[in-house]
Amino acid sequence: MAIEILMPALSPTMEEGTLAKWLVKEGDNVSSGDILAEIETDKATMEFEAVDEGVIGKILVPEGSEGVKVNTAIATLLEDGDAADAEPDTAKTEDKAEETAAAAPVAAKAATPDAPKPDLTPDWPEGTEVKQQTVREALRDAMAEEMRGDENVYLMGEEVAEYQGAYKVSQGLLDEFGAKRVIDTPITEHGFAGIAVGAAFGGLRPIVEFMTFNFAMQAIDQIINSAAKTLYMSGGQMGAPMVFRGPNGAAARVGAQHSQDYAAWYAQIPGLKVVMPYSASDAKGLLKSAIRDANPVIFLENEILYGRSFDVPVMDDFTVPFGKARIWREGSDVTIVSFGIGMQYALEAAEKLEQDGISAEVIDLRTLRPIDYDTVLASVMKTNRCVTVEEGWPVGSIGNHLSATIMTRAFDYLDAPVLNCTGKDVPMPYAANLEKHALVTTDEVVAAVKQVTYR
Amino acid sequence: MAAKRPAKKTNVSGDELKQYYRDMLLIRRFEEKAGQLYGMGLIGGFCHLYIGQEAVVVGLEAAAEEGDKRVTSYRDHGHMLACGMDPNGVMAELTGREGGYSKGKGGSMHMFSKEKHFYGGHGIVGAQVPIGAGLAFADKYKDNGRVTFAYFGDGAANQGQVYETFNMAAIWDLPVIFVIENNQYAMGTAQQRSTSTPDIYTRGEAFGIPGEAVDGMDVLAVKEAGERAVAHCRKGKGPYILEIKTYRYRGHSMSDPAKYRTREEVQKMREERDAIEHVRALLIDGKHASEEDLKAIDKEIKAVVNASADFAKDSPLPALDELWTDIYA
Repeated sequence: MAIEILMPALSPTMEEGTLAKWLVKEGDNVSSGDILAEIETDKATMEFEAVDEGVIGKILVPEGSEGVKVNTAIATLLEDGDAADAEPDTAKTEDKAEETAAAAPVAAKAATPDAPKPDLTPDWPEGTEVKQQTVREALRDAMAEEMRGDENVYLMGEEVAEYQGAYKVSQGLLDEFGAKRVIDTPITEHGFAGIAVGAAFGGLRPIVEFMTFNFAMQAIDQIINSAAKTLYMSGGQMGAPMVFRGPNGAAARVGAQHSQDYAAWYAQIPGLKVVMPYSASDAKGLLKSAIRDANPVIFLENEILYGRSFDVPVMDDFTVPFGKARIWREGSDVTIVSFGIGMQYALEAAEKLEQDGISAEVIDLRTLRPIDYDTVLASVMKTNRCVTVEEGWPVGSIGNHLSATIMTRAFDYLDAPVLNCTGKDVPMPYAANLEKHALVTTDEVVAAVKQVTYR
Repeated sequence: MAAKRPAKKTNVSGDELKQYYRDMLLIRRFEEKAGQLYGMGLIGGFCHLYIGQEAVVVGLEAAAEEGDKRVTSYRDHGHMLACGMDPNGVMAELTGREGGYSKGKGGSMHMFSKEKHFYGGHGIVGAQVPIGAGLAFADKYKDNGRVTFAYFGDGAANQGQVYETFNMAAIWDLPVIFVIENNQYAMGTAQQRSTSTPDIYTRGEAFGIPGEAVDGMDVLAVKEAGERAVAHCRKGKGPYILEIKTYRYRGHSMSDPAKYRTREEVQKMREERDAIEHVRALLIDGKHASEEDLKAIDKEIKAVVNASADFAKDSPLPALDELWTDIYA
């Protein structure tokens, strides 16, 4: 059956446009990503790309046609074995994913008109020398490099200076930069977070270390009401370029008040950017980007990961951009999406699954605001199945959000419901066996994948 | 009033007095107009008027220099006018229009001006206090000799973050003046029912921060105290507290039934202690101005305020695209 190629909506408000030029002719072979036509709206001229591959059957709307309504069939695409005059299969239109996205009022703003084309460039050029470094060292190096580069960057927090960091992340910074720029604060999170916001308004670039993000709850009013919202409330006049960083989530055996994962909380807030790295290279490259960012950035680290070693490129100025996920493993049967320490379970599960003959693609989101939807959607459109993994609580989780997004934008591609593996819906217990059970486990991820792959 | 009224005789020039008169009158007439526009439905939401407290900001602005910073709570229209922000832009923000300081996206409680070093306009009680200390932190870091005025009310003076900030401002010697605008009511709760100490500035002693109580209905007393505080900060001696005893004539916000105080109490303050009448008397008694001169000023102010109301009514609503701008820099 032939597929109808529909007039696309190139913006959420577009209702019709001009088909300015065809760049293909009947009988041409096209593959996903080829430019089919140029389409003009009242705002811009945009190129329209093929989502599927096939042969252009009939061109139904000639070039130069004005006032072509969105969703009008403009050509047919023949798949293998179709005759040129095959009837289009209206049930399988090319732009299904996009149509559903446009129908959702919120998703529409972020929706891409065509099938997503993730940025797959590697984090560092091939052949670059790498060294093994712990996450802890990578974070320290990121701060030191940025402090060398910008006088206005300073670090404040509890025990960051003379004690050399409660978790030794700031080791050596006091010696290099002095007490003016590496500042021990009293144990008053609300107050020093507010002072840092004011310092950011005043032109500095504060890095605020919370001993853990559990204590940042004392400061959350300043983070959200003052840091995140001021740019908007001031009509763009002033904002808070700053980083709030520290360990987040469960460590080990520290009980309910010291074990919470705030990823989903902060990811909900417009005006914040939210980063949650897994590897050392991401910790370094993303923290450098965070310090340079003109917005308030929540940088969620993990105590258990601090001591893990990873390859870090030896480069003068290595940064990782926000909103670009990393594909750790390519696979064809299922997409596992995670971030932060969740990646540990995701990668372990993928290895076990390989032994069972299931090929899992593992994606590390790395940043939760912005989220790289394109990489996730492109992968799910390929594997048709998705499992999300995080340590945080299940209600209103990042996994929930991804499930909704995938349902909205890739519904027709799904062969199974998206499953969310999360921490359990309980405060963190102290007892070792209960704690282990409260967290997400590799076995749960394996079981979820088997469920969606019907094995 | 704990603070004493100073002697009538002053060393302030007639021109300066006239300027204070003009500045205070602008705030009062502006706020009256805002109250009117609120009643007409042109201003929505919360709207906290500054009427009665004008001498506080006008006196302190007279002690400030170019480049000094200020930050305050949601009762902020007076502060904005006193530091030279354009009445048109302020009023248009109150009506939620494109011509407002925040393009209509902030409203009465959330306005800013980088140009005038006005850092808000904060809607959360007490949150502006650490922010003010942070502005001072940045100035000290840059060693630029600037000071910050961090205004808050007697209600905010019971917030924990205020004392966290006092502590850090003291240990780091931050050039910040904590201005407690004590208008005697935290929304509807009288000071003696909510606050353990009658003189709030004395709480600074626990942190080693000097302070004083000031008659907030006397613009000259406020200015002199402001100059002492500014000198202290500029010398690098750390923070200073001014507890300015003042009075708000209107309700906490427009929707305040004001059952917590008597009409007589308000009336007595207006008749006996009004800050604008005080300067008016100084001008007339000192023969710095005639009744006609003052009438001319009144007329001029009225024209400015009416123009701001017209501007605020005529300025278009923000374009719908504005919904999506200024979320990220």
